[in-house]
Amino acid sequence: MSRKRVFALALLCAVIFAAPMFAADTIKIGALIAVTGPAANLGLPEARTLQMLVDDMNASGGLLGRKIELILKDTKANTENAVSFAKQLVEESQVIAIIGPTTSGESMAVKAYADQNEQILISCAAAETIVNPVAKWVFKVAPMDSFVAQMIFSTMKKMGITRIGVMCSNSGFGQGGKGQLAKYAPGAGIQIVIAEDYDKDSTDLTSVLTKIKAQNVQAMVNWSTEPAQSIVLKNMKQLGFDVPIFQSHGFGNIAYVEAAGKAAEGTIFPCGRILVADALPADNPQKKALVGYRSAYMAKFGEEPSTFGGHAWDSYSIIAAAVAKVGTDRAKVRDYIEGVKGFIGISGVFTFSPTDHNGLTPDAMEMLTVKDGRFAPLGK
Amino acid sequence: MSLLRRYLPVILLAAVVVIVQILLSATKLDYFLTQLTMSAYYTLVTLGLCLLMGYAGQVSLGHAGFFAIGAYTTAVLSTAGAGLLRFAPWLSIPTAVVLTALVALVIGMPVLRLRGHYLAMATLAFGFIVSRVILGTSLFGQADGISDIPAIRLFAGLVISGKRTLRVQNYYIAWTLVTIGLFLAINLVGSRVGRALRAINGNEEAAAAMGVNVSRYKLAVFVTSAVYASVGGAFLAHYNGGIGPSEAGVMKSVRYVALVAAGGMGSPWGTVAVSALLTFLSLRGAFGLFDDAVFGALLVAIMLFAPNGLFGLLPGLRRGGPRRAGRPR
Amino acid sequence: MGAQLLQYLFSGVTTGSIYAIVGIGFTIIYNSTGIINFAQGEFLMLGGMISVSLAHVLPLAAAVAAAVVITGLIGVLLQLVFISWLRSPSVLRMIIITIGLSILIREAALHVWNEKVRALPFWTGDETSSLAVLGARISPQVLWVLGVCGLMVAALSLFFRSTLTGRAMRACASNANAARLCGIRTSLLVTLSFFIAAAMGALAGCVISPLTQTQYDMGTSLAIKGFTCAVLGGLGNVTAAVAAGLLIGVLESASISILPLAYKDVVSLAIMLAILFFRPEGLFGGRPASLLGTRRA
Repeated sequence: MSRKRVFALALLCAVIFAAPMFAADTIKIGALIAVTGPAANLGLPEARTLQMLVDDMNASGGLLGRKIELILKDTKANTENAVSFAKQLVEESQVIAIIGPTTSGESMAVKAYADQNEQILISCAAAETIVNPVAKWVFKVAPMDSFVAQMIFSTMKKMGITRIGVMCSNSGFGQGGKGQLAKYAPGAGIQIVIAEDYDKDSTDLTSVLTKIKAQNVQAMVNWSTEPAQSIVLKNMKQLGFDVPIFQSHGFGNIAYVEAAGKAAEGTIFPCGRILVADALPADNPQKKALVGYRSAYMAKFGEEPSTFGGHAWDSYSIIAAAVAKVGTDRAKVRDYIEGVKGFIGISGVFTFSPTDHNGLTPDAMEMLTVKDGRFAPLGK
Repeated sequence: MSLLRRYLPVILLAAVVVIVQILLSATKLDYFLTQLTMSAYYTLVTLGLCLLMGYAGQVSLGHAGFFAIGAYTTAVLSTAGAGLLRFAPWLSIPTAVVLTALVALVIGMPVLRLRGHYLAMATLAFGFIVSRVILGTSLFGQADGISDIPAIRLFAGLVISGKRTLRVQNYYIAWTLVTIGLFLAINLVGSRVGRALRAINGNEEAAAAMGVNVSRYKLAVFVTSAVYASVGGAFLAHYNGGIGPSEAGVMKSVRYVALVAAGGMGSPWGTVAVSALLTFLSLRGAFGLFDDAVFGALLVAIMLFAPNGLFGLLPGLRRGGPRRAGRPR
Repeated sequence: MGAQLLQYLFSGVTTGSIYAIVGIGFTIIYNSTGIINFAQGEFLMLGGMISVSLAHVLPLAAAVAAAVVITGLIGVLLQLVFISWLRSPSVLRMIIITIGLSILIREAALHVWNEKVRALPFWTGDETSSLAVLGARISPQVLWVLGVCGLMVAALSLFFRSTLTGRAMRACASNANAARLCGIRTSLLVTLSFFIAAAMGALAGCVISPLTQTQYDMGTSLAIKGFTCAVLGGLGNVTAAVAAGLLIGVLESASISILPLAYKDVVSLAIMLAILFFRPEGLFGGRPASLLGTRRA
């Protein structure tokens, strides 16, 4: 039966093509990263960072005398891919830990699975719900949206702002931020007069900005990671909508400043210190790590690192430190991570505990602004 | 004899499903079953689309929309408001399927009057609208989608769940659905409806002149294919325990079209074979960073060199294929 | 209040001019071949990407001109390699091939360039400049878009109506066999139409780049909007496509003033569906949509 042959052949192909690599005695670390697709702005720097760190570590003898094998899966920011790949990494590759996923939606989709299967997962996404409620096996290294919201509000207070308009992208990142802004605004004495969502494919946002401008707001907050946030900046200036513009930490990518050109000047946003690594005082505890990561990344890829690459750096370095200390027993590694205190990373200084699986405090971030086309600390 | 011949693909599929499971379990490769189960649910979508494209000759660039309506309906019913249907959780899937069928009916009536580019564009627009509504509505979790969708207890101790311990039974649940789907598809194709469909595909005016109620048959197939898609979506939502807006994306719809085209446009078993294999590989990340590119290349290559599908290339197969049973007698 | 209404109108014109200029490209290939090129959005992306890359070494005008020519040649290449040798392909087959090509171009662009956003500098002024009219403001770049739009419409109308080549192209579309019998070299004309469509697409991609920015995956969503314009204009009518584009832009802008922005695309696509269902010949007359499918090109 030729039809049967075709089936058999197809099956054989599948098995051969997808057969796992039986590399001898490596330490396997899995990664679920949205390298392509709508979250590629986040995922690509993460993937590059991981590759760089693993290559460097292997070149200098690996970990515990063993080579590290990074199994990196491109989820394209799709939930179903994240679920499928997570199962693959756990059941098939039996990795010691999983770095990622990149986005909040994916992280939530695999949170329960990781926890049930006693698999260390260190998410690079922002959403509060990833670590609240705490799942025993799930951590995250990206700063909380709530810190960002609170920092923006406290700066606004100093500037005497009470009425604001909010624009968010319709991605998980944007929506998470929108929720936190709404949550903390009343406590800070700030009124969100209007909130709108835009798509990453937006071509022009002047009409919605007209709508917001008509509400006589005193400042604008834009929360997204998408390139469209540069359009927001340009359109505001074109409309003569001259109120202070605050952005989220998703703005921390110099490409957005370049795309917005002159319109980016004066934008205020809280962000990890990686963007201003060189300008930090020498006594800053993070300075050495930040400058090291930045120069290595720039030497290898010829571009500025972003905060998202920093999340991958933090996840990987925490796992590597734990494995170096307690070996490859998954339960021990997890316990070690939960006990980490004062770990100097890129996003901040991490101190985990059984009730805090994020480990960062609001002072992990700094208020920044854009000056002459570059990021600079906001003058106090 | 002819009955055996007609249902040979169904019997073969059932046999292959069992053999694959036994082989994989025996060789300790049973983790493959996870992706095979997922690929079964996507294969249901392509099977339905195969009926629409191959037999009724109508293209749909919006089938991910139907998949998403099925998946999101059952997801919302079983999670929102502490589970609206928590007293009868099994009801959420039938509700999702019925709702999708209704949507397909309402959309199908005007859309199927269009042809060619207009039909393609209208279905594309439908899919786009579904994905935009999902992204814009907090009930559907916007960009984050819906997570923590509970497992569903079927009859006789069967549970739709992604738990590792339930892997084998979920594999069989999924592939039983596909087998049933293939059986129904072959029945439909061989029936009076099937003959009418082929007449429509051949020449719509002539079919109408011969007294075939063209619009009713087209609509019937459109709704049937939407039901296939929604069943796939609803089951997958519970199996994965989560659903995201990417399931409604244009790229997904295009991917289903690619799979049907590669399977041979009018060949249910070819569609099942190609779709199961390629979706399985894609879900395992076998194409790496070139996942979308592979499907794009597939579309172009198939349409250029093998408009009868991959299996059309193999000499000898064509003649024995079920397409022959599909030819007007 | 008046100033605000005017501002919504201006915003609508800004968005609409972008849609319109995308829509033009669809009508060119449709006019000469009767097929819709689903990869048209990718020509815009390529135009933008190539011009941004060249703008580092060339003056702006030269970079744009070079991008237009290069993208036009890419269009020719695609037509020659993938489409020219197909004998009377069905509409369904052409749809699938052009969709496949659009995916391939997009993925190739991701690997040739990268995922990062780029933008050409504003052609006049900079990111912050705008013209004030009666209290409302509009970016000078929008005038560039409208101007280029107008030039394209004028040139194409002249071409299709008054030149022999243009009329031969229309003859090809309405009946390729008859055109061939009349001694028209149809294959050459189809290739030419791909050049024009790709080049015009690239020019559009350049002129909107300062406003919309350019990214490897911008093609699909722009193409959907452009196609909507082409359909509303009754497919094949360049002037009507532009009018339809401006109309959609203004309608979207109006919808934003009352509805959440998130549903903007739903509004414009729902309008397109309604037009398809109830007025398939487009807003401005022309051939009814349902007749076209029966044509076997």
